[in-house]
Amino acid sequence: MSCMRACPTDAVRVRKAHAVKLADRCIDCGECINVCPRAAIVPLTEQMTDLSKFDRTVAIPSPALYAQFDADVPPGVISAALKQCGFSDVECLSPACDEVTAATEMFLAEYRGQYPLISSFCPTVVRLIQVKYPELVDQLLPILAPREVSARDAKVRMSKETGIPPDRIGAVYITPCPGKMVAILEHPGMAKSNLDTAVSISDLFPTLAAAVSKVGDGEPDMSGGETASGISWAFMGGFPRSLPAENTLPVAGLRNVIRILDDVEKGKLRKYAFIECHACPEGCVGGCLTVENPYVARGKAIRLRQRLPSGPAFDRDRTAMRYREGSYLMDEPLAARPLRPLASDVASAISKMKERDRLLASLPGIDCGACGAPSCRAFAEDVVLDEAEQALCVFSWQREVLGRIDDLARLVKLQRESEGGNR
Amino acid sequence: MASEEFENAFAVLGRDFANAGRVSTAIKDTLKGLGIQAPIVRRVAIASYEAEMNLVMYASRGKMRLTVSSEAITIDVDDEGPGIEDVSLAMQEGYSTATPEMREMGFGAGMGLPNIRKNADEFVITSEVGRGTRLHIRVNLLA
Repeated sequence: MSCMRACPTDAVRVRKAHAVKLADRCIDCGECINVCPRAAIVPLTEQMTDLSKFDRTVAIPSPALYAQFDADVPPGVISAALKQCGFSDVECLSPACDEVTAATEMFLAEYRGQYPLISSFCPTVVRLIQVKYPELVDQLLPILAPREVSARDAKVRMSKETGIPPDRIGAVYITPCPGKMVAILEHPGMAKSNLDTAVSISDLFPTLAAAVSKVGDGEPDMSGGETASGISWAFMGGFPRSLPAENTLPVAGLRNVIRILDDVEKGKLRKYAFIECHACPEGCVGGCLTVENPYVARGKAIRLRQRLPSGPAFDRDRTAMRYREGSYLMDEPLAARPLRPLASDVASAISKMKERDRLLASLPGIDCGACGAPSCRAFAEDVVLDEAEQALCVFSWQREVLGRIDDLARLVKLQRESEGGNR
Repeated sequence: MASEEFENAFAVLGRDFANAGRVSTAIKDTLKGLGIQAPIVRRVAIASYEAEMNLVMYASRGKMRLTVSSEAITIDVDDEGPGIEDVSLAMQEGYSTATPEMREMGFGAGMGLPNIRKNADEFVITSEVGRGTRLHIRVNLLA
């Protein structure tokens, strides 16, 4: 029941005492995982053992990983510990973050379409827009996420260094959320993801923490190649730091994102050039597959940022050249995947909606959830679409039963009166 | 048989900035549920939002009525308010009588009514000074 109420897209129903996911509505945000009191909802992240099919593996940690540790455990140590956990290599994400920021600036400078542009690095936000805001898909930034750029470049580089073909190198994202796992499987905006799988921070944490404590001092590069600007991607406001602040808008938390997108749809935020949207509270540091509290993690990331080289750790001219070659652009359009309407043609949808509203008026309107739907409105819709029976509503059922008892009582009374009259 | 219509009426309160925009969100959600094409939803969303904000900013109260048929979406707005003295002037881009307070909130660019006209296939505005303003906005569905 908690998951059903927490779902922002009404994608959960409780049927026969079990939570069921409506796949076309689910946007993989993880809100249900966060609230489940029994930890019964398990995301689809692969276990480490599945990596045996590759000759070499490269771990690409989300910057949110570093925020799980105290700021005095530097990325260089965590990176060394990851190698002890079985990865052949570790690729830091910061250079790709800096390149994508630069590519975004270049894209914005040439962009002549509708404003604001909306960030696309958070797969849950992309999915939310595809499902609930289909008219905004053209405003999604068509630039690859840093994790994809990083995985692609790491494979090319490692292949050159070792002679192993790129498809024998497995790129593993260390993810703070299930959304990025699903994005690897569904690769929105790409013919294929450059990442092969993902492991959640929370699954990896116990092993990694043990390995961290065994890493000795004297790592050559304590930053592990990470930069202050790269780490900033882990929390709200980090990405567009180099974009002009007066016309960018950072927002985090799914419900806040929904409010902002509602306003974008109404044409209210046209004066902003760019909106940075994170589905999780405070950004990736608030992902549901992390171990640290989002606010504490954000504080740690900010402290870590102060200790890292300010960067950027990339070659701006080379990035500009690659941008012109199209290296950062998505290779497929992000298509809308609107929710199924009440009927396929408008005329039938109109009669279904009237039917739904008539039924809704007869329901108690307290959204008790006993029927297995998150609201009376969602229930009325399910009934109209033949996916639920009205008798599942305890109030409708009670009214029906009381009505029948009344009818019976009236019949009995009539019977008695007629018998009395006969005497 | 004449095709069926879906109707929904919403009350809007003047100066109620806390709830301003809710009616256009509800209208938009209804249209999505009916499977109206995305570009049409967007045009209606923008027009209804501008109409709703005009009502909230200038009138004391009013009603917005949404009607959907298989041919078109219409929004009729009827408010009790000061009315508009010179409608043709108000229809000009950049003309606004917004107070500094309204401008503070990001309104008053003088684009409200022109924006409605731009997004509507049919737009009729009638106003009576001291009584109120009526808008009739129609957006045709794609064939």
